[in-house]
Amino acid sequence: MNEIIDGLYREGEPIADTKAPDGPIEKRWERRRFEAKLVNPANRRKLEIIVVGTGLAGSSASATLGEAGYQVKAFYYQDSARRAHSIAAQGGINAAKNYKEDGDSVFRLFYDTVKGGDYRSRESNVYRLAEVSASIIDQCVAQGVPFAREYGGYLDTRSFGGVQVSRTFYARGQTGQQLLIGAYQALSRQVAAGTVTEYSRHEMLELIVVDGKARGIVARDMVTGEIETHLADAVVLATGGYGNVFFLSTNAMGCNVTAAWRAHRKGAHFANPCFTQIHPTCIPVSGDHQSKLTLMSESLRNDGRIWVPQRAEDCPKDPREIGEADRDYYLERIYPSFGNLVPRDIASRAAKNVCDSGRGVGPGGKGVYLDFADAIERLGRGAVEAKYGNLFDMYARITGENPYETPMRIYPAVHYTMGGLWVDYDLQSSIPGLFVAGEANFSDHGANRLGASALMQGLADGYFVLPNTIRDYLASGPYPAVDEDHPEVVAAIESVTTRLTTLLSRRGTRSVDSYHRELGHIMWEYCGMSRTEEGLRTAIDAIRELRTEYWENVNVPGTGESLNQSLERAGRVADFLELGELMCIDALHRRESCGGHFRAESQTPEGEALRDDENYAYVAAWEWGGEAGLPVLHKEGLEYDYVEMKQRSYK
Amino acid sequence: MRITLKIWRQASATAAGEFATYDLDEVSPDMSFLEMLDVLNEGLTAAGLDPVAFDSDCREGICGSCGLMIDGLAHGPERTTTCQLHMRSMKDGATITVEPWRGDSMTVIKDCVVDRSALDRIVQAGGYVSVNTGAAPDAHAVPVPKAKADRAFTAAACISCGACVAACPNASAMLFLGAKVTHLGELPQGQPERDARVVAMARQHDAEGFGGCTNIGECAAACPKEIPLDVISQLNKDLRHAMAKGL
Ligand SMILES: Cc1cc2nc3c(=O)[nH]c(=O)nc-3n(C[C@H](O)[C@H](O)[C@H](O)COP(=O)(O)OP(=O)(O)OC[C@H]3O[C@@H](n4cnc5c(N)ncnc54)[C@H](O)[C@@H]3O)c2cc1C
Ligand code: FES
Repeated sequence: MNEIIDGLYREGEPIADTKAPDGPIEKRWERRRFEAKLVNPANRRKLEIIVVGTGLAGSSASATLGEAGYQVKAFYYQDSARRAHSIAAQGGINAAKNYKEDGDSVFRLFYDTVKGGDYRSRESNVYRLAEVSASIIDQCVAQGVPFAREYGGYLDTRSFGGVQVSRTFYARGQTGQQLLIGAYQALSRQVAAGTVTEYSRHEMLELIVVDGKARGIVARDMVTGEIETHLADAVVLATGGYGNVFFLSTNAMGCNVTAAWRAHRKGAHFANPCFTQIHPTCIPVSGDHQSKLTLMSESLRNDGRIWVPQRAEDCPKDPREIGEADRDYYLERIYPSFGNLVPRDIASRAAKNVCDSGRGVGPGGKGVYLDFADAIERLGRGAVEAKYGNLFDMYARITGENPYETPMRIYPAVHYTMGGLWVDYDLQSSIPGLFVAGEANFSDHGANRLGASALMQGLADGYFVLPNTIRDYLASGPYPAVDEDHPEVVAAIESVTTRLTTLLSRRGTRSVDSYHRELGHIMWEYCGMSRTEEGLRTAIDAIRELRTEYWENVNVPGTGESLNQSLERAGRVADFLELGELMCIDALHRRESCGGHFRAESQTPEGEALRDDENYAYVAAWEWGGEAGLPVLHKEGLEYDYVEMKQRSYK
Repeated sequence: MRITLKIWRQASATAAGEFATYDLDEVSPDMSFLEMLDVLNEGLTAAGLDPVAFDSDCREGICGSCGLMIDGLAHGPERTTTCQLHMRSMKDGATITVEPWRGDSMTVIKDCVVDRSALDRIVQAGGYVSVNTGAAPDAHAVPVPKAKADRAFTAAACISCGACVAACPNASAMLFLGAKVTHLGELPQGQPERDARVVAMARQHDAEGFGGCTNIGECAAACPKEIPLDVISQLNKDLRHAMAKGL
């Protein structure tokens, strides 16, 4: 334990998920539900639960816990629970309904997800996810979610990348919106019933841990600036992903790691932080003013053909003037059997490679063409419009170009984070009483998430998993009341106020955003689509330097006593500056390529990701090593009894 | 591009507000309207001034956080959300007036940030189907005719941004309310509570101080999600039916 590895971290004891039952995989969830203790209805009223986040995971959890009769407090930073980032999901949600009789099953969804995650997720968790997926669709339909339907009145489905069945349910290009409105309405019903109290425009800034258990949070009322203490019997974090560590991503402006990171600093392990998903089809950056990136749905790859010019000197030309023979449809060339429909990680890397070779198009050479000319000729413009009209409109609005006439330009962008707080089968973190749901945990997607699986996981966690597992913990409650002047509470408040005062007092020369942009640049360059030993070391040094400068020189105007958006951002960026370093350390220590994590040193002769199962078939759970200390790595070994570990091939 | 901004500044809910004028010299037509405001704010911060507060989150036109009155129009001259409006839609050299949504039921918190919680309370009054988690039958137990499902979807596309209220001379939220009533009323799952829902939601709408509808249609014209005006007719019809039953 004392030995310092790579000059960057130490290794601690291995850990294990002690909550997953053994026995046949299809019986495990049933067993856990049976073995988890019950809380009698009269006692539920006496138990308080804090849920931070009202995305799919948080809203569904709060609503369900409220229905069960617990006292729930729901926190979120937007002005309405319905604005959580889940609202932006476009494509769809997977479920093993097999309504199409195309050979789908719980086992197949489980299998696809384990394989898609490049064998870095837990079999028990993924199986459970597949198992409850069907109930999610039932629940949502009963709530009035207007899924797409066929003329017979039954639900329509479509296919998504990496699978061969049609199991993705959708509501036009607004699936996330419709699912979230369903959950938000269920939540609203509980607000009316008095079981859930909402705290809008509230940001969690600290976790309160008393006697080793999570007992509450410190939150800032973003309107009045008041620092509030909220105590409870258990705390649930459903605070989403941390893709904004890259500054530019498809995430909403406010997405942050603060809640998770504060918990990490209080003892919650952070698992696989370097596992990020870079989505291949996003609208490229148009200039320095860019504040976020916009996703163009994966479904476009069904009909669009991706290409770059054969020769670098053709890149500035009008694409329509480049002849067939002078184009390189590189995905079709390298992966003849999957073509333009290879999984996300592979498509993204291939785009980066052609651009790095000098054949990228558009500003800065950071773009490839997504061309619908063939599809328009084959299907007619009307048919293409019917299928993709809203996406084409969005593209035209943002770029000012007409994609019916000239090919779209696309480039990969940060989209999703598979890493997150470590949780056991019960979704409990390494701090008893702290549970984590949705994108904020690390549990189900391994090293790469398949399309339409995040919505499934968020709702599985919130509606079905968490409400069943948290009762095992709550059955031992109510826990002894904690006083507002308990030393741990006082210390938590003090740490928040000191931090805010420090940020406000610097009045340096650089804005919060300028630091955030610089951090994003470092992360994208060295911890993005391709990572090397040398690059990651450069990044770690650069981040440390930037962080030191930040705390001395950041300029946060205004005061803490009122609405102050610069101050809100300042706190988030401060946490990103710590997380970024851990991501690089994690990426450096994992000297293999898997899923979205590509180490240039670990590739096949053809340039594909090369896993090293002998040395890296584990979850890397990082423990906070203290302000001046080094992070401590705990390994949780992964075993595969139902799915055979294979090298993925899409050639 | 060069533009001049006349933008509403108000330190807090209780403070008096006024317009401030700022000139921006290097605006790219590719910027979104909010990115232009980001640039303004970077400049204000560097000059030691308080940046302009405004809400935004997804910047993709779906979360409903953003919303500014631009030259007197909710979300500006294009039929989209403020975050999806781009500077190429504005004229070089223009003076642009930027204000928050206003109305008795939507008050300013700071600068261009407003309190829209009244809309949430309308939903809490009955904008849901009362079904507990786990109590749902198989999704295919009840088929829904495609036309009904599609109309429900069109109404459910509302993003609760409040543009309809801001655009209405009566500050009415009837388009918002009608959209929810139509969404759930079109579906078989919404039938058992249909009458009670519309009555409870309409009561809350009035209690919040939103005005009545006089069929002007500014709401539907301003709606970035193109919610059609006929959801208000649906609302009125459902209300009549419920009243006739003595609710
Ligand atoms: C553009 C886009 C398209 C996508 N499309 C799909 C798709 O088609 N299918 C699919 O399966 N997945 C998709 N995803 C991924 C999926 O949308 C997300 O992974 C998922 O919605 C996350 O849900 P969540 O509930 O975990 O978190 P979120 O929805 O991000 O919610 C986070 C919540 O936490 C709150 N919060 C955060 N920090 C704090 C804090 N410090 N204090 C208080 N509150 C806080 C926020 O207010 C919010 O309520 C897409 C993602 C993006 C970006
Ligand atoms: S910021 Fe989400 S709709 Fe404009």
